[in-house]
Amino acid sequence: MTVLDVRAVTKVYGQGAATVHALRGVSLTVARGEYVAIMGSSGSGKSTLMNILGCLDIPTTGQYVLDGVDVSRLNDRQLALVRNRRIGFVFQSFNLIPRTTAVANVELPLAYAGIKAAGRRRRARAALDLVGLAQRADHEPNQLSGGQQQRVAVARALVTEPALVLADEPTGNLDSRSTEDILGIFDDLHAAGRTILLITHEDDVAARASRLIRLVDGQLVTDVLQQRVPA
Amino acid sequence: MSILEVLRFAVRGIGANKLRSGLTMLGILIGVAAVILLVAVGNGSARQVADRIEALGTKTLTVQGVGGSDALTPTVADALDDPVLAPDIASVSPVTSTQATLTYQGTDYSAQQLVGSTPSYFAASNSPVGAGATFTADDVTQGRPVVVIGQTVADELFPGVDPVGKEITANGALFTVIGVLDEKSSASGFMDANDVAIAPLTAVQQALTGYGALTSIVVEARTPEKVTDAQAQASLILSQRIQTPATSNTQPYRIQNASQLLQTQTETADTFTTLLGAVAGISLLVGGIGITNIMLVTVTERTREIGIRKALGAPRRAILTQFLAEATMLSLLGGGLGVAAAYIGSNFTIVGVRPVIVPSSIALALCVSVAIGLFFGSVPANRAARLRPIDALRYE
Repeated sequence: MTVLDVRAVTKVYGQGAATVHALRGVSLTVARGEYVAIMGSSGSGKSTLMNILGCLDIPTTGQYVLDGVDVSRLNDRQLALVRNRRIGFVFQSFNLIPRTTAVANVELPLAYAGIKAAGRRRRARAALDLVGLAQRADHEPNQLSGGQQQRVAVARALVTEPALVLADEPTGNLDSRSTEDILGIFDDLHAAGRTILLITHEDDVAARASRLIRLVDGQLVTDVLQQRVPA
Repeated sequence: MSILEVLRFAVRGIGANKLRSGLTMLGILIGVAAVILLVAVGNGSARQVADRIEALGTKTLTVQGVGGSDALTPTVADALDDPVLAPDIASVSPVTSTQATLTYQGTDYSAQQLVGSTPSYFAASNSPVGAGATFTADDVTQGRPVVVIGQTVADELFPGVDPVGKEITANGALFTVIGVLDEKSSASGFMDANDVAIAPLTAVQQALTGYGALTSIVVEARTPEKVTDAQAQASLILSQRIQTPATSNTQPYRIQNASQLLQTQTETADTFTTLLGAVAGISLLVGGIGITNIMLVTVTERTREIGIRKALGAPRRAILTQFLAEATMLSLLGGGLGVAAAYIGSNFTIVGVRPVIVPSSIALALCVSVAIGLFFGSVPANRAARLRPIDALRYE
């Protein structure tokens, strides 16, 4: 069962002499339950790919089918719906809403999905419990450590039970203990059958995934299944 | 996403920067308060003018000589008092008036008006006597030097002394004070209605003005409804009695009617109120521009937050309503506080006028402040809603 199907996607930024080809025809399919690590040096186009996969950006050419829906044909409103229901995004810089409690942050995607307050609160607390932050639910981001903030962000990505969890260097700003926490959560999610795509440039992070993809200059150079290295 | 949810986000947005939100609200507050208060001042002054004219008596007509003409004589006044030709005229009071320096035991006071008339003048000019008595028709016939003084004159010449029975001189002529008028509330800007002394016509003519033409004739109609009829009758008699000189094509007299005066004054006051309201409206507009400005800053400052919300699946409409609700809430809060400020301000007398709040101006100012929030908030809100998620997220 294919969750994600990318066909010959290109992305070009700028015009004339300043043109940058961030992606030069990437094709990729990911099946349900896979744990994929995407590696590549800076400027290899991995973040661009991630943004396109997360429906935050639109490819210049090519087709992107997510969960059987051709995303490149959707309008603004429908794209918002796809981001809300099908995708959970974890950013390198956490991107929590400031001055808003952890539980309110986790509730936010549910609020946009139109779920009633009581159900929202229950599901948000359950998601926070899953990442081990149930007792920190009423803290604001600036009262949490980086690792805790990222765990809140992961809870927020999970709360809508999306088909696809995208993580753009989720451990890039974290110390090794927090990194271990986050990767442990991803391991659990993988064990529970979630589809995970994760960008990293650390080998030991990539080693936790079941499939490794390398991008060089906007092109896919390696795509191998690998034996997962347990923590 | 429910409306309540949107409002909660908006409240949080306003609360995030209290000083800035407060200052923005202050702009609207001042605008709304100015509109309500200035309209109230205009309304209050119109009310005051109306009261003043009503105090003159709504059933009186005043016949005045024009351009120093000597057409108005006591004979003409007698002719007006004709129950056959002028059945709607209740009384006719010939009036001669002059400025006079009043003296009592070495204290000088220059009274604005020394009026010489008949006893009917007290009723016609709405000036009842408080202490003492009025003079009688007999006093007029005999030309007795008695005088009834206004409150201001009494205060100036007789501080702490009962004036009744005292003797004063008016421009050198001796008069006995026999009464004091009730205080009149209709103190106008230039003329103090209490700054007056009233004496028998004959006495004033004899001692001060001479037996020339009258200053005016005050005609009282039987009822306020009969004023128009009385005016027609008076004007018919006057046109028979007074010949318009061949050299001039205007009449040598003019008939003034209090309700006409009232109408003219009300129109003037309305124009004044509109003008004040318009000036205040401009400050409300400036407040509105302040809202746009601050919301633009807010949107720029929170671009990243907008990006996060969009990445989490916020539709364009949710972002739009959030910022629109924020702007509207700012202006509505400012407007509400402005109404409160205007209410408090209306308890004070402003430039000698007691403001009277017009209820519709409150409703109007509140509606306008909501409209301002929606209108001036729409530009920043649209800008926020149109941001592409990736651009918003990358914004530093």
